[in-house]
Amino acid sequence: MALYAALLYYSEDGGWMGREHLAEHSRFLADQGAGEVIRGWQALCPAGTAATITVGGGLGGNVVVTDGPYAEAKEVLGGFYLLEAADLDEAIRWAARIPTAWRGKIEVRPVLPVNPPAGRP
Amino acid sequence: MIPQERLEETVREQGAWVVATLARTLGSLDLAEDAVQEAAVAALRAWPRTGVPDDPRAWLTVTARRKAYDMLRREAARPGKESAAGRELPGAVADPAEEVTAMTEPSSVSRDDMLRLVFTCCHPALSLEARIALALRTLARLEVAAIARAFLVPEATMAKRLVRARQKIAAARIPYRVPSDSELPERLPAVLAVVHLIATEAHAPTGGEEVARVDLETEAVRLARLLGELMPGEPEVLSLLSLLLFTSARRPARTGEDGAPVLLADQDRSRWDRAKIREAAALLAEAVRRSGGKAGPYQLQAHLSACHSTAPSWDNTDWDRIVGLYDLLLSLSANPAVALNRAVAVGERDGPAAMLAAVDALPAQPRSQLWHAARADALQRLERLEEAQHELLTAVDLASTGPERRLLARRLTVLLTSPHPGHGH
Repeated sequence: MALYAALLYYSEDGGWMGREHLAEHSRFLADQGAGEVIRGWQALCPAGTAATITVGGGLGGNVVVTDGPYAEAKEVLGGFYLLEAADLDEAIRWAARIPTAWRGKIEVRPVLPVNPPAGRP
Repeated sequence: MIPQERLEETVREQGAWVVATLARTLGSLDLAEDAVQEAAVAALRAWPRTGVPDDPRAWLTVTARRKAYDMLRREAARPGKESAAGRELPGAVADPAEEVTAMTEPSSVSRDDMLRLVFTCCHPALSLEARIALALRTLARLEVAAIARAFLVPEATMAKRLVRARQKIAAARIPYRVPSDSELPERLPAVLAVVHLIATEAHAPTGGEEVARVDLETEAVRLARLLGELMPGEPEVLSLLSLLLFTSARRPARTGEDGAPVLLADQDRSRWDRAKIREAAALLAEAVRRSGGKAGPYQLQAHLSACHSTAPSWDNTDWDRIVGLYDLLLSLSANPAVALNRAVAVGERDGPAAMLAAVDALPAQPRSQLWHAARADALQRLERLEEAQHELLTAVDLASTGPERRLLARRLTVLLTSPHPGHGH
């Protein structure tokens, strides 16, 4: 099994996660089999609440804070799911059921296994 | 003595099948690739002495598997290394003769393995560039240097592209399996696009001095035939092969004596390969029979090609049908090149004024050299020569390859020396 982050991108033009959109996510979380695949999830506040931080020259260097998200794009990151799937095709099948998939786009990326699998609790 | 070329051809042809099987049994495409590469070297060293074995695929499989085991052992023996990514070490290698008998897989198994390999190399999560590189390296077994030459990039760039593609397959766990029937409509286009793009690059190189690249065309046809064998009766596969053969049949007439491309309108149709056209037409008929009245994009393109291939001349072409086919193609997906071809066909059907209107009606971006050349053509026929000249000059500026520039420059010369020259300049 492998872990994938399903990153939820959509346009804020139509407003932030509405009641209906969130209700669909609740239903998705209750879908059959979702409990075995979804290892975590978070929704984010609107991109306007973001601050972007960069440090010049290394730890302790000059901290530069700018307002807004890192990339001024039409579609912004709105949240994510952590999916545990056997392979990319299974992850894609689940990503295609995430309600943001038909309101925007889902980026699926394998999670870098920084800790050796045996070290996980 | 067996000619070296025939040996290399055998090794190349069998290599992909061996990679396909070993990728499944070893659980790693990377390892299978490296092992088959070493086995191929061993074959080319041994076979000139011993002769080609009765079953070269079995010989290569056994040898490649041993090479793979050796690699795994070496990897495991390296200090500080855990057993390579948790792979299990296989036991002692059995007697080669017995092993050959034991591993001769039924053909349906190797067919499934090859399908797995095709769908992994052409997975839509890989970029089209990466898919093309993998298809030519892993499926067609071209050397990296040859693929790099074909796409006019340095060998190191192509090698890096392949390494990244294989890393992505491993890191993202792109599975080694055949899509289910319900997934096939989503997955097949990614495979067909790869073969079509290889053929397009062969037919209209984006760089370099040649009008067409025979080597890439051969590879594209070979891959399309392989898909046909693996997925018999799949209408879009039949249509793609048909399209490639129609195009290939015209190749002898496509280059002029000066090395410039000859447009379809001016080609000597007696130089077209009639046998290829007959095969393409039969494949298209089969595709139509099997598609149940629902023509996919490749079937429509094959119909277009068939229309030209069976017309006695450019003037005696069924332009009404061609415009209709372009309309159907555009209804499947918007494509500027297709829209431009449609405008040209409208011109042939309804005259230069209609053509100019159709060309001008196309979206402003992107306006390629082809757009300017088509507009020049309409203007020239309307005897608006000065404007035509201007469009041709813009087209020459935009043309990226030598042959294309020569063709446009020649048209410009003809225009400048025509009996009704434009004023000014």
